[in-house]
Parts: sequence; structure tokens; C-alpha cells
Amino acid sequence: MTNASQNVSAASAPGKEPGKGSGKDAALSTYTIALAGNPNAGKSTLFNALTGARTHVGNYPGITVEKKVGQVRTSDAVLNVVDLPGTYSLTAYSAEELVARDFLVEERPQAVVDVLNAGSLERNLYLAVQFLELGIPVVLGLNMMDEARKMGMVVDAKRLGELLGCPAVELVARTGTGVRELTAAATRLAKERQGRWKPVEISYGPDLDPVLAEMSAAIMTKSFLSSRYPARWVALKYLENDSQIRELGVQADPVLSAWLEERAAHVAAHLRTTLSTYPEAVIADYRYGFIASVLKGGVVTRDNLGDRLAFSDRLDQVLTHKLLGPVLMLGVLYLVYQITFTVGKVPMEWTQNLFALMAKLVEGALPEGLLRSLLVDGIIAGVGGVMGFVPLVMLIFLLIAFLEDSGYMARIAYMLDRVFRIFGLHGCSVMPFIISGGIAGGCAVPGVMASRTLRSPKERLATILTAPFMTCGAKLPVLILLASVFFPDSQAQVLFGMTLLGWAMALAVAWMLRSSMVRGEATPFVMELPPYRLPTWRGLAIHTWERTWQYMKKAGSMILAVSIVVWAAMTFPGVDEDKAASFEAAKAEIAAKIEAIEAPAAPGTAADSKDEAPALGSEAPAQGEEAATAQAAEPEGLDALKEKLADIEKREAAEGLSASLAGRLGASLEPLTRYAGFDWRTNIALVGGFAAKEVIISTLGTAYSLGKVDKDDAAPLAEMLSAEGLTVAGGLALMVFILLYSPCFPTVVAIGKETGSWKWSVFSMTFNTVFAYGLAVAVFQFGTRLF
Amino acid sequence: MPQSRPLRSLKVGDKAIIAQVNAEGELGRRIRDMGLVPGAEVEIVGRAPLKDPVALRLRGFTLSLRNNEADNILVATPEE
Repeated sequence: MTNASQNVSAASAPGKEPGKGSGKDAALSTYTIALAGNPNAGKSTLFNALTGARTHVGNYPGITVEKKVGQVRTSDAVLNVVDLPGTYSLTAYSAEELVARDFLVEERPQAVVDVLNAGSLERNLYLAVQFLELGIPVVLGLNMMDEARKMGMVVDAKRLGELLGCPAVELVARTGTGVRELTAAATRLAKERQGRWKPVEISYGPDLDPVLAEMSAAIMTKSFLSSRYPARWVALKYLENDSQIRELGVQADPVLSAWLEERAAHVAAHLRTTLSTYPEAVIADYRYGFIASVLKGGVVTRDNLGDRLAFSDRLDQVLTHKLLGPVLMLGVLYLVYQITFTVGKVPMEWTQNLFALMAKLVEGALPEGLLRSLLVDGIIAGVGGVMGFVPLVMLIFLLIAFLEDSGYMARIAYMLDRVFRIFGLHGCSVMPFIISGGIAGGCAVPGVMASRTLRSPKERLATILTAPFMTCGAKLPVLILLASVFFPDSQAQVLFGMTLLGWAMALAVAWMLRSSMVRGEATPFVMELPPYRLPTWRGLAIHTWERTWQYMKKAGSMILAVSIVVWAAMTFPGVDEDKAASFEAAKAEIAAKIEAIEAPAAPGTAADSKDEAPALGSEAPAQGEEAATAQAAEPEGLDALKEKLADIEKREAAEGLSASLAGRLGASLEPLTRYAGFDWRTNIALVGGFAAKEVIISTLGTAYSLGKVDKDDAAPLAEMLSAEGLTVAGGLALMVFILLYSPCFPTVVAIGKETGSWKWSVFSMTFNTVFAYGLAVAVFQFGTRLF
Repeated sequence: MPQSRPLRSLKVGDKAIIAQVNAEGELGRRIRDMGLVPGAEVEIVGRAPLKDPVALRLRGFTLSLRNNEADNILVATPEE
């Protein structure tokens, strides 16, 4: 433990401080160390123990695999530790494996620390052997030694290191045991080898060894790809049908590449006819054979096998039981949702209140005008709306981290895979759906981000694109309002129906996507069910914080820009000058009258007010009868006048909105949306809903000249909507449209980031809107004929 | 030599030795990377509530795979 904390404090002291350590720094050598290992081997726990929470999180270029970099300072070196994605192998099939491989080859770290789960050493060594074959300097970190010991295994790390020709260190990353020794071993190896690669040769048997030798000899004489890869390794990859190496080979030397491919094909044909097997299978067999022979050489001795997993197995008998399992799972999912939205509501209100307070302060400090409107209605409302979600997002990430670290997430995927597979999805798709609002009231932003737990790219993409169909917490108040107007007697049923519709559409569209744009074989499920473990607070805190911070960074940059754009679209160009002048004039007139009436209440007399009133009134364009009536009805006149003033302001806001870019868009869309029963005012609100769905209510309020409508008290709007003759069919069509149309902007940003391509953001905006429109038209047309 | 049969036909609690893996490409690679190669001993430890996927124990860890993926794997069971 001590060394871990020492590393934390060391890492938190940046080397740029003058005087303090710069002289010593010059003598320190800097090494890049890659951290690799199987998923569930405790790699991220070790990374945290090594570098502390002060890490830099980014993405590997071009893909959405996270890249974490942290620094460790020892007495004689500075280590830049790069966390490679967790992989089982180094093939070219998955993005993670390619990233890990390319990093090693291109960045040439001075050493690789390979974290292994000592309890399942055999499988974990499969990756280690591939590092050794590549030739890169490797340090083995035998993690979870405590668990291995408990299961009755004695692992001789020293002997393992001798047999494989690389240092091996015993670790318990959870407690920090062995971390200091590991850093020392990595530093020593980095110093000793200075990044030189020494490929280890493994025998692949009588069928492959001769051809491997022949191919490597040819590769060596031509220096084929030799700047990056060892010759025998390239030959091996040709035998394994490795797509990346073959592509590189064709570019480098098409003639030699063709010859190598021909040799590989020849061997493959030979193996098929004589042994009915493939080169890949033979290679895997021999690798596992090599590992088995190493382990038998006195590395592992065990007394009672399988004891460690007994506890996990007993838990699984309950948690994945064929009846109890699904019931408990529903309970857990419901609990996740409940905790998030009941506990999360409190701090969420705090942040929302904070932004409301900020808005008030700015409103008070600045005169009315464009700048104030930009700050209050644009920036504070937009960024605040997104930042308001931070506590919620944080809580969801905490719970997900708990489910993942404990091992239960894998069981959820295991139990639900059969159902989701029908729609071309994966068992892990359930979490993003639920968080997005699968149980009404979630949020698609963390939902889309939760899809990171999915390791299958196609299933993941389909999940990301369909999760926004769920009834999120921002659509909910809008749907409740509409349900109360159009279905006053069956609100609950209608809302439940909307939630179900969300699920049905998400699954249906996922199926459509998986059989069209995201077509392709199901990614193999083959997934480890890690033993149940109690997560550590430190691990949970770090996971939660990293993901939340990324969310906040997004809110700070992209969403700020869009808040301004949406605000501008709803403000400019605004009413033309004549109209603006007439509004101003009307307002001034009434204000003057109010002043006139209020004046007598001040020290002056009634006579004063009568003198003043006409004098001011004469400046207003229209006087006469209005002034007369105001004076005649003096007792109630004040309230009536104030109401009138407010009325004019509301009408002005409505006119301003309809004259804005968004308003013109709404009006120009009316010929199209008429088929779904939406008028131009509804259209404007829907355009506004793109910024955030809850904006629909307040925008409808403005459009119907009701002023600012509070989403918690929307009764006047409800009355207005039914009075304006929106039919039941129209209302239902509107609800369907709101449920399904373009995700809100924060979600669109999340989609872009998570898929790594803005193409999918654009797709989700256009496709969802067209799809929702189609359904809304169908509902309206059928409904109108039916009711 | 005991009879080879598909992995799918095993019941929960059955133990067997892998005889052959007939999958190529990505699926084959994933299966082999996890250590499902001829000679490996596996035990069926459970099935999901809808009977699919299946959970296996091998080499000290638990692995789950879908039934249609398990169809590519032939196992040899000790004679009953």
C-alpha cells in the first residue's frame, strides 16, 4: 500500500516546477511502458494503483477505445504508463486488439507490463506468449495472487520467469502489494534492453515449422516489413490469414506478398486434406501446448482445484437460476433506475437551482436586450440544462461501475442475450436501453455512453442508434401534459403504452438496421463470466469520475456552441421594425397609464395625476377611448392595465418567435406536418425540442402567447391546446412524434462521440425524424377516420 | 476412442474433453483464444434461463457461448 501512495504523491508533482526537482529530473531517464492484459485480469486496478487518479484519458486515433496515460516516478526513472485495451489475443479481428498491436509496433514502448490473473494462468499466458513472439520486452505481473492461493494454487513466479525468459512479479493490485517491485522490474528491463526486441521462437510442429522457416528466410533476405515486425512473426501472420499484415505486405512488396500468400494457401490446403484442420487452429494448439509444458515445469502446483470458484458458482445458482434469475435481474434493474432518479433528483435540483439563480442574477444585473437574452435564454439555459444532468449521470456511472466490477453485468448479458439476439442486438444492450428511459424517466445521454460495455461493434452501434427512442425524463413531462389533455381518464395507461411503444420501436429499428445498414454476422458472444468480486471504492470512484468528467467536457464545449445557435434561431431576425415599434408604443402607452394611476399613491394628489395623464398620453399614437376607459375604471384599472401589458409582452414574444428563423421554419413546414395534424406553432416547439425535449412545453407556451409556461404547472397550456381544437388523433400523433423524432442535441453529440463518426449523428437526426413523421401521419390519418 | 458429439448435447454438470473445433474466421479465433482447443477439459456449469447461452468451466475460469457457437465444437465424453 505504501508504495502506491508514494506513487500517487510522486505522480501529482509535475516535473515543471523550477528549482524543486528540475536538476534531478535531468538525470532521470524517461521510459514508455505499455500496460496490457486480458479483460478482468485487474488491469485497470493496477493502472490506478500505479498512477493514481491523475491520468489523462483520451481516445486512440480513429476509434472509441479509451486511451489512458499516467505517470509514475521512481527514484531513478520516470515511467509514462499507457493503458492498452484489454484483449485476449493480438489478432486483427477487433479494434481493441489492432490498437494494442499498432501501439506496440509504432510507439515501441521500452517494456510491456502484462497483467495476468494468476488463478487462470493458462489462458492469460496466451497473450503473454504472443508478446514474447513479437519480441517486445515483457514483465509479467501475476495479479490476484491472494485469490489463487485461496483456491489452493501455488504459483512459482520466479520459475515462470526463468522458463519464459522474462521477469515475473507477484501482485495483489487491489491492495497495492507488489506494485513497487513491478515498477522496479519494468524500469530495470527498460534500462537493460533499451527497447531492443528479442523474438522468442515457438515450435509449431512438423507441418508448419518447415514452411515458417522457408517463409521467414525469404522475408529476411528482402527485409520485408522488417522495420516494424520480426520476420518469423510476419510469416506466422500470413499463415494466420491476418488481414492487416497482408494489406501492409501487398503495399510493401506485392511479389513477395503473393508468394507468401501462395505458400500459406498451400499449407492450409495440405492441413485440410490430411488433418481436416486449419493453420490457425494448429498455431493455437501449439501455443497452448507450449504454455501447458511451461506450467508443468514446476510453475503451478495445486491441492484442491476449483475451490475459489465454488462461492461464485453457488451465487450463480441463485442469480442465474431459470426462474429466480430473471426476477432478481428485474429487481436489480429497477433498483438501478430507482436509485438514480430518486437519489439523483436532489442534487439535480440543486444544480438546476444554481443555474436558475445565475439566470436571475444576470437578469438583474443587465438591462433588457439581446445580450441578456443570449446569456439567460441561450447560454445559461442551454449549458445549465445539460449540466443539470451531471449528478444523474454520475450516479448512473457509479451504479454501472458497480455492476461491471462486481461481475453481475456479464450475467445480465448472459441471461438476456437470447431475447436481444432476435433483434440483432447483444445481451449487454439492455443497460443502455434502460438508462435511456426503458423504464420511463431515464436519459439518453448516459444511456448512449453506457453502451461502452458492449464489446461487439455492430450490436453496439445498433444499440446506440435505437436507445434514444425510449421515454426519457425530458419527454415525460411533455407526454404527461399531452396525455392529460387528450386522455384525461387514462393517463397512466397511455404513458405506459408510450413506454412500450418506445421499446417496440427501438427493437424493431434495431432489427431493421441490423438487416440493412449495420448488416453482418452476429459478433461471437464468447464471453468470460468473471467470478463475483466486491468492487473497491477506489476503483468505483475512479471509473465514475473519468466518465462523468468526459460528459462534462462535452457539455462545456459542443453544447455551448449549439445553445447559442438554437437561441439565435429562435430570436433572429425577429419582428420587423414597424411591428416592433408598434409593440413598443403600445407598451409605453400602457406603462404610462399605469404610472399615471400609481402616481397618486405617492405623495402627490389626485389633481396631479389628472394633469399628468393626458400629457403623457398625447405622446402615444393611440389615446382617446382607451385612456378614457382606464380613467373611468380607476379602481380595478391598475390590475387590468398590468394584465394588458403582460398580454402585449406575450403577444410580442409570440410574434417574435414566429418571425424568427425557427418560426419561419415551423411555418414553412406546415404544409408537410398538416398531414400529421401539427400546425406551425407545434412545429416551432418541436424545433425547439431539438435543444432539449423539455423546451417543447415552454416553447409551445410562447407560441400560444401564454408567456413562460412552467413545466410543473402547465394547466393553462393544456386548456389552450384543447381550446385550439387539437383533436385526439392529433394529440396522439404528436405524442408518437415526440417519442420518436430526432434525439436532443446533447444525445446527438454523445452519439457522434461514441460511434466515432458524425455521420451517425446526422443519421439519427434525419432517420428518426422521418420515421417519427411517417408514424405520426399514420396515427393521425387513421385516428381522424376512427374517432 | 470415445465417441465425439456436439458440445450442445451436454447437460449441466457434464464434463468432457474437446475433440475438435470446426470454426474458422473470427468465431474460430475467439473460441481458440479463450482456450477452447482440442485436449482442453470443459465442464458445463449452467445454462441461461432461456437455455441459451451456455456457461462452461475450463482452465480455471467460466466462459459463456451461444448454442449455435457451441455447435462448432465436438467433445469426447468418457464412456458411461
